[in-house]
Amino acid sequence: MTLLSHDDSVAPAGGGDALSLLEPTSGRRGDSAFKFVALVAGLVVLVILGLIAFSTTKEAWPAFKQEGLGFVTSSTWIPAEGKFGALAFIYGTVLSSLIALVLAVPVSLGIALYANEAAPRRLRKPVVYVMDLLAAIPSVVYGLWGIIVLAPAIQPVYKAISGAVGDIPVLGWFFNGDSGRSYMTAGIILAIMITPIITSLSREVIATVPSAQREAAYGMGATRWEMIRAAVLPWSRGGIVGSVMLGLGRAMGETIAVALVIGSQPQITTHLFEAGDSMAAVIVNQFGEASGIHRAALIGLGVVLFGVTIIVNVSARGIVSQFDRRSQGA
Amino acid sequence: MTELISPDVEQLLLDATTSRSRRFKNRLASVWMLGALLVAVVPLALVIGYVLFKGIGQLSVAWFTEDLPTITRKAGGGMGPAIVGTLLITLGAAVMAIPLGILGAIYLHEYGGKGRTARLIRFMADVMTGVPSIVMGLFVYTVWTLTFGLNGFGGSLALGCLMLPIIIRTTEEMLRLVPDELRQASYALGNRKWRTILTVVLPASFGGITSGVMIAIARAAGETAPLVFTIGAARNLNLNIFEGPMTALSVQIFGNAQTPFEAAQSRAWGAALTLVAIVFAMTILARYVSSRVARRHAA
Amino acid sequence: MSAETVAPNAEPVAQTTVSEPEAPSVVFDVRELDVYYGEFRAVRDVNLQVLQHEITAFIGPSGCGKSTVLRCFDRMNDLIESARVDGKILYHGVDLYDPRIDPVEVRKRIGMVFQKPNPFPKSIYDNIAFGPRLSGNKGNLDDIVERALRRAALWDEVKDRLKKSAMGLSGGQQQRLCIARAIAVEPEVILMDEPCSALDPIATARIEDLMQELKSDYTILIVTHNMQQAARVSDRTAFFTTEVNSESDTRTGVLVEFDSTDKIFSAPSDERTENYVTGRFG
Repeated sequence: MTLLSHDDSVAPAGGGDALSLLEPTSGRRGDSAFKFVALVAGLVVLVILGLIAFSTTKEAWPAFKQEGLGFVTSSTWIPAEGKFGALAFIYGTVLSSLIALVLAVPVSLGIALYANEAAPRRLRKPVVYVMDLLAAIPSVVYGLWGIIVLAPAIQPVYKAISGAVGDIPVLGWFFNGDSGRSYMTAGIILAIMITPIITSLSREVIATVPSAQREAAYGMGATRWEMIRAAVLPWSRGGIVGSVMLGLGRAMGETIAVALVIGSQPQITTHLFEAGDSMAAVIVNQFGEASGIHRAALIGLGVVLFGVTIIVNVSARGIVSQFDRRSQGA
Repeated sequence: MTELISPDVEQLLLDATTSRSRRFKNRLASVWMLGALLVAVVPLALVIGYVLFKGIGQLSVAWFTEDLPTITRKAGGGMGPAIVGTLLITLGAAVMAIPLGILGAIYLHEYGGKGRTARLIRFMADVMTGVPSIVMGLFVYTVWTLTFGLNGFGGSLALGCLMLPIIIRTTEEMLRLVPDELRQASYALGNRKWRTILTVVLPASFGGITSGVMIAIARAAGETAPLVFTIGAARNLNLNIFEGPMTALSVQIFGNAQTPFEAAQSRAWGAALTLVAIVFAMTILARYVSSRVARRHAA
Repeated sequence: MSAETVAPNAEPVAQTTVSEPEAPSVVFDVRELDVYYGEFRAVRDVNLQVLQHEITAFIGPSGCGKSTVLRCFDRMNDLIESARVDGKILYHGVDLYDPRIDPVEVRKRIGMVFQKPNPFPKSIYDNIAFGPRLSGNKGNLDDIVERALRRAALWDEVKDRLKKSAMGLSGGQQQRLCIARAIAVEPEVILMDEPCSALDPIATARIEDLMQELKSDYTILIVTHNMQQAARVSDRTAFFTTEVNSESDTRTGVLVEFDSTDKIFSAPSDERTENYVTGRFG
């Protein structure tokens, strides 16, 4: 006896109720409805990005219209006189982020290599854990530490360095100035903040190096360093570059920590120990008391920042995905 | 790079000079790698140490319950409104971003797959992850605050926008880990696709999704820049995120850190300790949840 | 007792009643079945009948399309976007590929057990109760679960740990759990896609015993790459093989011979079948 004929009152015998298969069911609509809801949820991402571009540009338009290209080529920013040239802020954003990269890349790469190649097995997890914690600390806390602890403590160091090398050509161009809140301090804080990002991304990349590559190098009598240089680094170069660029994007957009320690004096100088300002920092510092075209100009800075970080991120993703395709194809 | 062994490996032996210099280089590299770890641990230890020692003195019952003082440079008062503000605003963001993010990820992995729409959304979600938080703040200012004024919900919107792409991408990764056999088993039992997703796929990836969501929440809770333009500055407790200004721990840290007054700076440290405690608790809880669920499934 | 008892092709007239179970009725009547993946024809010209309360085995070398054909019976191929079916599979006279038919309803009546045991990462109880809960079964779930587990000869081994995770069972137990899970939905037919290929010989023997017991209540179709298994358990056997398409260098599966298992293994009428069952090929 089949289970279909279990309930004799409903089902005729022997699967004769196969006919009922032809009756329309209501459940199919549930599927398309759910798919539609999920699609709409996914499309929210596109809507938000589009809205960001549209509404911020719209609010910033008066400033763009007034300044034209001067908005990004002039460095005269005097709100009281209605002059809004953002070059000094753009310069500050780029300089502080570059300092951060110079400091963070060797450290991040070192940690990533250590965690994947050199650390004893039982230490690997704790290393990752430490990086997680570094990443979890809110940026405003780094900023607080930077402005109250680091800036005053490091100022004598800057003074000593610029005293020692300030008159020497080349070195003196950069290592000059004696402001505790400066490009350099901002760079240091940013470096601390992007180190966990670069580390964890490049760690993932390094983990994809096939063990055949490692063994081949070891098999030829390579030391660990020679193995890393010959097998690990060439293999993961693209992915590491991509992760560094994602770190750069993060550094350029960071606001609060930079606003606290950069010194808030827009100036274009090569002196790393001088105060400066950045796009994100000036937005957050001036927005409260700004109105009219000044506010439009600050939103305009946000538009520029949005554009720049998107370019950096898209190229970074491009590099990483190219790398992904290669490592999957090989 | 399709060759099995990279040319660099072959170059290796040619490069090899005396074994002493090779060993020296190797040791140098080890020093670099270990040194890098120490260099990263030092600021972590310093920041956590300062936050702990300077902040712990602030904590008291009044700290959690009382309103902010009217005069910033004098000691006294509490951080109650900011703690409540951080929790409420982040909760509001989570309520919006979690369902949207999980549904979006379901579209990407269960329906869209490698189709054009899905690829576009995936790419844009990656791009959105890189949008600076201050830009999110400006965006919400233009679309919400200009019309509806300063309130907690504006902050929730901004934080939700920051969380959304993170949740989408981590959830998609977790859905990818669910073996296709489970979906097939469910279909073979006469389960529809949408119910398969809700009754089989999501439960099977619950741990990973929860942990990703909590990390996104933790990150949002610490954000400052998007709140500065959107929630205003309240000194008193405001439990209604839709009406009137609020404040948050991160905003309080930012404001107090800029003042030269000892009492205000102490309050900044106290707020930092409170915020770090909340964020760390969520991060550690996230790890715990994911490892626990992983173990339960393995057993 | 094969083609003669086939129900008339067009409209369902299967009026066989429970009162005379001795006369086996045709459950599936497959006519001119072709399966395509995109442009590629994976299987062609399959004709066969599956009789009630019998075990029908599909054998053949790998790539011959036997699993593909099996998955047509519960429309699991629908889940592969490019898959397309030509021809008819009549289920008690109703074409399973009729556009009015909801594949989900088909799968409720035709259960499936897969190659790799695939219990849900839930408790043993929840695995079995999954199907009944879906159809909104408000009856006594405990009874349903116990009955299904007893039927799958698993009850005594798991009755003390119903609330424990199914992932803790051995491979053979997991597969019997999957069979119990399929039974709990009360299907008429159970499809088994190489159900023992991931199991050791002892677990395999238990599943084979179980199949013999189940066949009094269910109609079973099994795909196996193990000829001895087909010979041991099945009443009828379909032998598939592949033919190379000269111009495109692709392979299409064909049904070579379908007959009683005894005949297939002792006196096959096709030379290719004989070569295969005697081990000279494949």
